[in-house]
Parts: sequence; C-alpha cells; structure tokens
Amino acid sequence: MMWPTEEKIKWLEEKARDIRVSVIEMLEEAGSGHSAGALGMADIFTALYFHILKHDPTNPTWSDRDRLVLSNGHICPVYYATLAHAGYFKLEELKTLRKFGSRLQGHPERKFLPFVETTSGPLGSGLSQAIGMCLADTIDNSKSSGKQFYALLSDGELNEGNTWEAVMLGAKEKLQNLTVIIDRNCIQLEGYTEDIMPLEPLKQKWEAFNWQVQIIDGHSFNEIIKAVSEAHAVFNKPSVIIANTIPGKGVSFMERDWRWHGKAPNEKEAQQALNELQNTN
Amino acid sequence: MLNQSLKLNNKIFDPEVEKISTRQGFGEGLVLAADQDKNVVGLCADLNSSTQMSLFAKKYPERFVQIGVAEQNLVTVASGMSAMGKIPFAASYAVFSPGRNWEQIRTTIALNDRPVKIVGSHTGVSVGADGATHQALEDIALMRVLPNVILISPCDSIEAKKATIEAAKIDKPVYIRLTRESTPVIATEDTPFEIGKAQIFFAPPMTPQVGIVATGPLIYEAILVAQKLAEKGISAKVMNISSIRPLDFTAIINLAKEAGSIVSVEDHQVVGGLGSAIAEVLVQNYPVPMELIGVHDKFGQSGTPKELKEYYGMGVSDIEKAVEKVLARKITQ
Repeated sequence: MMWPTEEKIKWLEEKARDIRVSVIEMLEEAGSGHSAGALGMADIFTALYFHILKHDPTNPTWSDRDRLVLSNGHICPVYYATLAHAGYFKLEELKTLRKFGSRLQGHPERKFLPFVETTSGPLGSGLSQAIGMCLADTIDNSKSSGKQFYALLSDGELNEGNTWEAVMLGAKEKLQNLTVIIDRNCIQLEGYTEDIMPLEPLKQKWEAFNWQVQIIDGHSFNEIIKAVSEAHAVFNKPSVIIANTIPGKGVSFMERDWRWHGKAPNEKEAQQALNELQNTN
Repeated sequence: MLNQSLKLNNKIFDPEVEKISTRQGFGEGLVLAADQDKNVVGLCADLNSSTQMSLFAKKYPERFVQIGVAEQNLVTVASGMSAMGKIPFAASYAVFSPGRNWEQIRTTIALNDRPVKIVGSHTGVSVGADGATHQALEDIALMRVLPNVILISPCDSIEAKKATIEAAKIDKPVYIRLTRESTPVIATEDTPFEIGKAQIFFAPPMTPQVGIVATGPLIYEAILVAQKLAEKGISAKVMNISSIRPLDFTAIINLAKEAGSIVSVEDHQVVGGLGSAIAEVLVQNYPVPMELIGVHDKFGQSGTPKELKEYYGMGVSDIEKAVEKVLARKITQ
C-alpha cells in the first residue's frame, strides 16, 4: 500500500464529505434507516475503497480482490454510497434505497446487489464469515496469498456471543491476513454501549484473546491508513483496529446522540445536515 | 412385496438384518465426496466421532476445521468458506445445528444462498439414553420453512452415503438429517437415489387400500407393517421420502389417488414435519383421510430407542393401529 500524499489525504477528505452528503440524501428519500453509524464510518469506508482495498469496480468478481465483510449491515447507506462513488453503479441509484424493487435493500443482500460479499444485518455473524473466507484462502494458498480480508464490526455487536466464538477461532488459526475494524462509536440502538452492556476494557479483551490491537482516531486518514498498514505487517495473528468514531460525524445535531442510531432525517433536518456538510471546507 | 426394481436389501425381513447408522453412512460418503472434489471441506463443533466426520478429518486434516463447541460460528464460518468456492460440510447434533444457530443459517446460508451442507445428527427419540435435551424432534420443521434449502432425511446408511455425495454436487444449501442408532440397511449400492424423488419400497399385488409414507429409518417399521397387513389381506403401499425439500408432489398425489388414504411416519414432531408437508400437498390437491405417526406435542426422555419409539407411538403396532383408523375413516366418508 502506498503512503498517501498530502494531496491524496485532502482528496480523501473531500470524497468522504461527498459520501456523507449522499448518505443524508439517501436517508431522507428513504424516510427510514440508520444515520449515525453511516456518517461515523464514512472516513473509514473512503479510506478503504479509495486507498486501501485491492478491488476493481469494472470487474467486481475479480477473484484476487480483497474481501470486505460488513457485519453491521444496518450502516449500509455509507456502504452503498461508497460503492456508487467508487464506480460500481450510478449515483442516481442511491435514491432507491429501501424502496420496492431496489437493489439497495434495507440491509445489504448479496442476491440483490452482487457487489456485496455477503448478506448482513443480523448482528454478530460477519467476523465468522470473514474468517471462513480467510481460512478457505489459507487452505488453498498457505500464507502466501496476496489477498487481504477485512471485517467491519460495530461495537454494539460485540454483545453477541457469535462474535466472541469467531474471535477465538481467528486467533487459533493465526489468520494474519485478517484485519477487523471496530466502529467504536459508543452508541447502540437504545443508548450508550457502556450503559447497555459495558465493553471496556475493550483493548485488553482482544489482547487476551491473542489479537494484535491498535486504537485509532477513525476520522484521521493518516491514522486509518497507518493502522491498516501495520495490521498487514503482523505475523501469525489477526489484527483488530478499534477506531474511535463520532456517531453522526459532520452533522452537529446528530453527533454523539444515540437517538440517531436508527433514525433518518426529515426534509428540514436533511437540509440543515446538507448545509453543514457542504459548508465544511 | 418389496419393490424389486429398486434392488433393495432382500434380507430385510431377516431378524438378523444388517444394521448400520445413517451417521456412519454420512461419514463414509463425505470421504468419497472429498476424494472426488478437492473443494470439499469439513467443519465440526467438537463432535467429530459422534457425527462420524472423523473419517474425513483423519484422511484430509488440512481440509478440516475444528470449530470447538460453538455452533453459531460453525455455520457462519462455513458460509464464509463457501463464498470462496469451498463446499463446506458443517456437522453437529441437530438440537444445536440447526437448533441453536437457526438465525445464522437463515441469514448467512439460506437467504445468502450459499452451498453449505448442514449435517444434523442425533435426531428423533431414537437417540435414546441421552434424553430430551439431545433428541432433535423439531429440525425438519426448522429447515423446511427456509427457502433455497434442500432437506434430506435418509432412511439408512446407504442412502445417507449417497445423499452426502449428491449434496456435495449441488450448488445449494442442504440439510442432512442423521440418526445415532444402528438401523436396518434397507437399500443396496445398486438402489437408485435422486434428490426430489420419492420411491415406493413396498407394493402389494393388488390396488393399495392405504399408503404409508415414511422418512428416516422408521421406513423399516413401515415395511414390516405392510408385510403384516398383507398377511391379513390388507394391501398397503409404502413410500420412502428422503427428500423432504424438494418434495415429490406428484408421487404423493398419485399415491393418495391410488390408495385413498395415507399414514405418515416420522421420528419428529408431527407439527411441521413430513406429515405436515404431505397434508399441505394433499389438502390443496387431493384430500384423503390421513393419520400422522410421530411425536405428538411432547419432549423425549431417556430410554432405549425401542422403548422410546413404542412409548411415543411410533412402533409397529402404532402404525398398524393408525392404518386401521384411517381405513375406518375412509369407509365412513
């Protein structure tokens, strides 16, 4: 992976802003959906699809592509918006989110939209699938495969037992080509994560499970890219990046408010959000 | 008499008929499937010997993943492996898989339409001594409601072996229902097997008065009943249904037309199982009097398989009584 120039970082920041604008427009049009997590993960999605991932929008089934599993499928507005901005499909299609007949289902479905690696939404199953993909690749190619495997998890879904079953297996199988990024935004559907089901000390938990752990600012492109680069360099264990993010990032009245976890903006709120995003330099 | 065209085991009425479990047939079939296709992989949740996946794991250790006692992980890792072109067989006890991990199967395998083969052993009260916690009586119901899933419930070890080999060749999710106890070998290596096809195992010389439709090893009891009835002058035709999804609608409707009454037989809750599936077909196409043999709204318990089958109303005499009952209903209609 190339280290980004200052110009590239600037470009990525602008791209992330465009993606956030799309997210707001989509959610307003849909009238329902998940705003906070989608906005909070816009920088990480941008870094992945516009700098980190080995992928080809003109050849989505390219067998040597890196694999990315979005486990918390409810933040799919940012996933869809990123795929569209990356050239997988036209931006106009984003307005069909959650509508009858749309490829952009309320939660991502592979049978509707083949560009997604898996169907997701029910929480806690994504890491296992990424591990399965990585294991299959390891069986075929030993440790020499050039492919990288990524699982994007929410912090809320760390409540799920399935996640921890997978955490144990990832370490057991020493999956060095696997990188997990946790959206540590500290909110979930009904409140703050530490009120609903405390996760801290989160770093120590993953370390105790024998994973390589990094904690970063999930809005800093420098930190995101550096952390993924370091994760790639880890030998004989999987890596997790705990990305501290601000839910609702970029929209003042949504930031850090868990009530925006599962809510879409109405017309007035969307207009304010778009004004704020578009006036950011 | 036994349907000769299917080349069934002609020693079936011998008291010393050979007995092998369906899980053993699966274990042998998986090795053969793996011999034929290098993409076949196996995953198990700490029940390698119990499910007989051990045969595969021993021959192909590099293609075997020991998941530990974690059934949700078992099927979701399998889903991920299938996304990379593997043909995963994921084995456990049916109460845990598809019991404990049903939503993971629903989303990541059925809805995702991934060709994972879920293998659930220790179904029915025939599990015996382990008791209700380990006797899956609901797995057909759980898997029968999932679109995309093929559901096979083999009647013996040979059918289990063939079903396993066929399952590996299909680019769809498959659930294979297995049993613990050794049960009579009904088929032979020469017996044809095709997913989606019901087969007549026992046909009387005259027009049948009743059709007995069974799934799993209880087909043996169904055949014994038909033989006994023949001696009493009652003609019964016995159909084996190993493929519960897709279900052979045509064969079931034809049997109902021919016999005018049906008795279904399964070691499973009658709610949601084979009997329910047949009733759904007949009520919409050709309703006839029907009796359902299976577990009626109860959990199992410890005991020998024989004791339990009789206690829960799935023995030879119970099937006979059901036939008498359905024939009486047929006459009064």
